[in-house]
Amino acid sequence: MTLIHETDYGTPVSRSEKQVTLTIDGRSITVPEGTSIMRASMEAGIQVPKLCATDMVDAFGSCRLCLVEVEGRNGTPSSCTTPVAPNMVVHTQTSRLKDIRRGVMELYISDHPLDCLTCAANGDCELQDMAGAVGLRDVRYGYEGGNHVRSRNDGEINARWMPKDETNPYFTYDPSKCIVCSRCVRACEEVQGTFALTIEGRGFESRVSPGAHEHFLESECVSCGACVQACPTATLTEKSVIAIGQPEHSAVTTCAYCGVGCSFKAEMRGEELVRMVPWKDGQANRGHSCVKGRFAYGYASHKDRILNPMIREKISDPWREVTWEEAFSHVATEFRRIQYQYGRDAIGGITSSRCTNEETFLVQKLVRAGFGNNNVDTCARVCHSPTGYGLGQAFGTSAGTQNFDSVEHSDVVIVIGANPTDGHPVFGSRLKKRLRQGAKLIVIDPRRIDLVRTPHVEAAYHLPLKPGTNVAVMTALAHVIVTEGLGAEQFIRERCDWSEFEDWAAFVSQEAHSPEATESFTGVPADLLRGAARLFATGGNGAIYYGLGVTEHSQGSTTVMAIANLAMVTGNIGRPGVGVNPLRGQNNVQGSCDMGSFPHELPGYRHISDDATRETFEKLWGVTLNNEPGLRIPNMLDAAVEGTFRGIYIQGEDILQSDPDTKHVSAGLAAMECVVVHDLFLNETANYAHVFLPGSTFLEKDGTFTNAERRINRVRKVMTPKNGYADWEVTQKLAQAMGLNWNYTHPSEIMDEIAATTPSFALVSYDYLDRMGSVQWPCDEAHPQGSPIMHVDGFVRGKGKFIRTEYVATDERTGPRFPLLLTTGRILSQYNVGAQTRRTENVAWHEEDRLEIHPHDAEQRGIKDGDWIKLASRSGDTTLRALITDRVSPGVVYTTFHHPDTQANVITTDFSDWATNCPEYKVTAVQVSPSNGPTEWQEDYNDLSRRSRRIAGKMEAAE
Amino acid sequence: MTMRISADEITQRSHDIIRDLKHLEGPMLPILHALQAEFGHVPNEAKRIIADELNLSRAEVHGVVTFYPDFRDHRGGRHVLKICRAEACQSMGGDTLADRVRQLLGIDFHQTTADDAVTLEPVYCLGLCACAPAAMLDGEVYGRVDEHCLSEIVGEIGR
Repeated sequence: MTLIHETDYGTPVSRSEKQVTLTIDGRSITVPEGTSIMRASMEAGIQVPKLCATDMVDAFGSCRLCLVEVEGRNGTPSSCTTPVAPNMVVHTQTSRLKDIRRGVMELYISDHPLDCLTCAANGDCELQDMAGAVGLRDVRYGYEGGNHVRSRNDGEINARWMPKDETNPYFTYDPSKCIVCSRCVRACEEVQGTFALTIEGRGFESRVSPGAHEHFLESECVSCGACVQACPTATLTEKSVIAIGQPEHSAVTTCAYCGVGCSFKAEMRGEELVRMVPWKDGQANRGHSCVKGRFAYGYASHKDRILNPMIREKISDPWREVTWEEAFSHVATEFRRIQYQYGRDAIGGITSSRCTNEETFLVQKLVRAGFGNNNVDTCARVCHSPTGYGLGQAFGTSAGTQNFDSVEHSDVVIVIGANPTDGHPVFGSRLKKRLRQGAKLIVIDPRRIDLVRTPHVEAAYHLPLKPGTNVAVMTALAHVIVTEGLGAEQFIRERCDWSEFEDWAAFVSQEAHSPEATESFTGVPADLLRGAARLFATGGNGAIYYGLGVTEHSQGSTTVMAIANLAMVTGNIGRPGVGVNPLRGQNNVQGSCDMGSFPHELPGYRHISDDATRETFEKLWGVTLNNEPGLRIPNMLDAAVEGTFRGIYIQGEDILQSDPDTKHVSAGLAAMECVVVHDLFLNETANYAHVFLPGSTFLEKDGTFTNAERRINRVRKVMTPKNGYADWEVTQKLAQAMGLNWNYTHPSEIMDEIAATTPSFALVSYDYLDRMGSVQWPCDEAHPQGSPIMHVDGFVRGKGKFIRTEYVATDERTGPRFPLLLTTGRILSQYNVGAQTRRTENVAWHEEDRLEIHPHDAEQRGIKDGDWIKLASRSGDTTLRALITDRVSPGVVYTTFHHPDTQANVITTDFSDWATNCPEYKVTAVQVSPSNGPTEWQEDYNDLSRRSRRIAGKMEAAE
Repeated sequence: MTMRISADEITQRSHDIIRDLKHLEGPMLPILHALQAEFGHVPNEAKRIIADELNLSRAEVHGVVTFYPDFRDHRGGRHVLKICRAEACQSMGGDTLADRVRQLLGIDFHQTTADDAVTLEPVYCLGLCACAPAAMLDGEVYGRVDEHCLSEIVGEIGR
């Protein structure tokens, strides 16, 4: 294996259909119109020297190194800013050009340190490369005089010198090595869209400035790493490269954080990870990244990671480290004992949206074939199960309809119940890029998320609805479109069931669904809502992106259907730039759903009662499958409390922290006799576990993740599992201990089994993925290249189905005791329950969860910014510190759920989606009052956590 | 003499200026000029307000402000005297003129006299090459600056 070197074409690709032929250094080349001479040269295999150009950003023409001569034209134009023309004849190397380039390099080097041997960029420095390329042999200007290089000149303090900025935990800024090429500034603007960097001053005084001459950490920088990637010198360098040195080999793999599924090169030295660099050919991220995927991988080697299997009799005992064999045989014996004693249905399993498709497939196979029941569920239950149900009903598939590239063709975008710049940052950047090009944005969210107004982006409409009124708002949008005759009648007649449409149209046209009638309880001014509806219906390609703010409601599934209705009535399905796009929370939540993680569905969303599907698996697995759906997570917990459910295998999910009504979860777990937690860390759920099986990270295994756009991406093993086994091996060994005859030697064999049994994966194999890079399912005989956009010629289910969406207010209401509505969300630097990100330097940005409260509500309660407050609901209470902001409306409070100390889910209720049991995390009636410390529950729980994390013979495990 | 003004007042007056001008196409430079005219410099607080009102990042505003040497980050003297230091003026005795001015005022470039009367700045070409050496006092240009002209300028400053 060698280091993957990606070709830098210098300027971005041109999308023109028209081709232009020209001659460069005697070679004829044909490229799209609008291509730069520099890019055309590179495509012809000729590398023109360059410093300020890179193909992630537009040409700038400042370094004056890439000059060329064009026959019939005067002067020496820069090849990066000069587009090709038909029959142009270009020379990239003439004696005139050589002299100019060498002169330019002399100027650069006269103000640059000559410490190449001890420089972190040694071996990866474009300045060094260019000095070589132009044949620099001497610097006639010398190195004396004004410079940015030395802190002192002849003993005098050098005012131009600036010390290194090391405030960012992941990279350093060394102004003395800067050549002011502006690549970092442009990457921050064009790729990331944050505009955190600028060039301050002019001429010889020019230098890169984060914010207004601030340190990186306190500036507007979001640490996405685009500037570091763009920097041609050691000015911006990963601290890991400074510490370790340059990598020597690399493998392309997939990020294990959110559902965008960014492709990265894991750059290695031996088995040590040097850095993660976004891969330009990655079709989800197109060479971009965020602070989590790019930098926050330190958890993989964190001291808290458990590397040996552990067992204990009772959860009050300390843990005892055992061999893998002992752990497997203990679990097998216990599970079989429980089944013998309490019945076959007394055990079950939970698959992980963090693990690979192959691992998930094995866990559900273990439950169905090994446990002999269908008691398997997954954490998607608590996030996107309404998406699966709602879109399945309306369109016939349980997934988003587009690829991420599609946003480049959108004209109007609705973002509802999602916060892409925090939760799905790379998609957020791609969206912002399109918005800067002129697309319009409608934000439907109780909170003023960054997208509502952020440099160079401003939403045309922000509908600040009351939490829990999504259905009413979506139906009111449809009311305006239908009653004002803005629908796409031809599309509906051709593609949808017309009589169902008529029924639905009559329903939404009712006066009760008008913006004026719903304003009183949604809080959205009617004129704003009408404006937004008109814009979406008439503004061109309309796309809807949504997140958990849609699904995690008692009417989650209904809102998903309302979104589908809105897309259909405006004809926004089946082509680039449109569609219904769920933003998936976790790296493989789409995959875990695809892999048959739900109790009622076999892989590929086929119902367990379907005889033909069951037969496929029964034949292959040599077992008889139960044709009745098994228990969902909440039902398992209920059954545990009742005494009929006694054992569970939980792979890579912290249900105690992520599932609703923490006290109910803990009661259920405490009632079980054998709780097996398979995870990287002693997570909160492990406080109630009897067996702990150490897990492996995404760096330590082969497999695939499926992202939010149905894209199956390869995960590649770059190091030996520190715990000894990849997760799929652990599940396999557990199955073998239970007497199952499993003999997979590599995850590719599991994928082959998936492809053989699941029609939408029919053509997928590791060979295929290696060839294609990645593929979006369905990938079968009819779609041999996969399916970037779905429902192109018609809906999968046949005719699109319009469904009535009656608004039913949640049972969770405010009243005198609980007058405020709590809603929850994510922040950029942290991820979900924080098990990983809290164990990285990302805590520099978010060390605790805070409660956002409007100044009016805060003042009424005598709360000041930073005060400790008690947050109480009908379910429970917790304490955290207040953050006073007008991002939330009066009457609404907001918090993140990244830290276990906060236990926001102690507060949330056990109300859930009517169709899928997805918990209602986004609405809880609460009261906020001043407090002076943790609640009794928090203290008790901390005490329990400390006791239950003891490992015999070791110091108390730190959390 | 202008009194020192409070941060609150700077914020308030900056807001007013920015709101008056933000509708213009390319409003940043007119706003910066108006702020400098109001306060004698572009206050740091105002930069944040510009960023917010124009929906730009702090970095962008900082980049523009620092690009133009004319925008000051602290108050100057009551008068600003600029002496051209560009090539044409240098060839016509600009160096001697610069030395003489520094000597007369007792300050170096970028400095302000102790009585706050004048700030001395270099400038690179006033477009008056035909009348070199050139100078500018409070926006008014002077050509062929000789000893007589210089005493006139110093007289103005004294007022």
